[in-house]
Amino acid sequence: MAVQLDKAIVREKIARRAEQEIESGFYVNLGIGMPTMVANYIQEDKEVVLQSENGLLGIGRSPYEDEVDPDLINAGKETVTASVGASYCSSAESFAMIRGQHIDLAILGGMEVNEKGDLANWMIPGKMIKGMGGAMDIVHGARKIVIIMDHVNKHGESKILKQCQLPLTGKGVVDRIITERAVIDVTEEGLELVEVDEGWTVQEIKDSTEADLKVHPNLLEASF
Amino acid sequence: MMKTIHPSFEQAVNEIKDYSTIMVGGFGLVGIPENLILALVKSKVKHLTVISNNCGVDDWGLGLLLKNKQIDKMIGSYVGENKEFERQVLAGELEVELTPQGTLAERIRAGGAGIPAFYTPAGVGTPLAEGEEVRTFDGQEYLLQKGLQADFSLVRAAKGDRYGNLVYNKTARNFNPMIAAAGKVTIAEVEELVEPGELDPDHIHTPGIYVQGLIEGSQEKRIERLTLRQ
Repeated sequence: MAVQLDKAIVREKIARRAEQEIESGFYVNLGIGMPTMVANYIQEDKEVVLQSENGLLGIGRSPYEDEVDPDLINAGKETVTASVGASYCSSAESFAMIRGQHIDLAILGGMEVNEKGDLANWMIPGKMIKGMGGAMDIVHGARKIVIIMDHVNKHGESKILKQCQLPLTGKGVVDRIITERAVIDVTEEGLELVEVDEGWTVQEIKDSTEADLKVHPNLLEASF
Repeated sequence: MMKTIHPSFEQAVNEIKDYSTIMVGGFGLVGIPENLILALVKSKVKHLTVISNNCGVDDWGLGLLLKNKQIDKMIGSYVGENKEFERQVLAGELEVELTPQGTLAERIRAGGAGIPAFYTPAGVGTPLAEGEEVRTFDGQEYLLQKGLQADFSLVRAAKGDRYGNLVYNKTARNFNPMIAAAGKVTIAEVEELVEPGELDPDHIHTPGIYVQGLIEGSQEKRIERLTLRQ
């Protein structure tokens, strides 16, 4: 095992790498949890509009105490502000934006991803089902789906599998996976390792990934 | 057309009987008709089917109806904020139908717009599609979903007038406009009842045709996750 990192550092590392997926001019939907953190690292020279599926196009920063409006929240139910140029809409319209492929990129969390880009991130059988929220709509709507997650679960087992064990959120929907160890693309020919993080070797990534990995000819090493 | 202005919340909900299907606006605790829900709790009406994105929290919003065992069936997209919900589902006391959030919003929109069913990609290849009709258009699979209607719709708006026109505030709009249109009887709880003509016709979110009754109510507006700038 190359590096043992503190959980907060791992999350920040993944969020910072995920930020590089966002291009200037993009409309972006960020999932609840770690994906929401990506907003903190968006470079100032990029023009980006963040969408919240409850009905806000243009999420701003968190409010100061005297700016809090209880009627203004993001999809994670956190108080937010609206950015300059923002608009509000109904939840039907916000999902029309998503389903109609007007959102350039969605960055979501994941429990399992397989070789074909199937994603499981909404329920664990035997545990209480909380609901899928908007995830099933978003994975079929945004033009590009990037999943950010730990490379292995708390038992040290790969979350990138030949076959998902958990009930799916969407089939063949994932374009790219970013973990604290690597960046992996879903291609027609299976999974392709495109970046390996500092402190890890290609062999270590292969050993900690259940699914087969091809290595991209121009693999970037110690990339983030 | 002038709409009924209800003199009290109790009277606003008194037509809602046992076994009614009701839709309730809001996302989390934002945009919920707080006082109409409280009046339903007091009314003790039971065996309700409730259609709403969430089911409140343990001690507020729809969570109060749940605690009182007034709900038989819940149709929503995310119910994870509520421990009593979990207990009732596991005990077999509460039936639940989970539907993706965008699908739920569109099912309600369709119900209010006279569309019986539509195809959507959400849920294809997942447990939701088992036993359901899947159809291929242009090489992509889609799942058939049915529109939803309700006997009564309860919504919350920032402003409303006697013609039933409604204006919402910020993200308190959420599911309210579609729910207003999908109820056979729609009751709007407004923070401010304004004089006819005061609302700019160009700025109305819900045209009055969808609303049968209104009542003014002050809102607590509880915050679920206060997040401040560091």
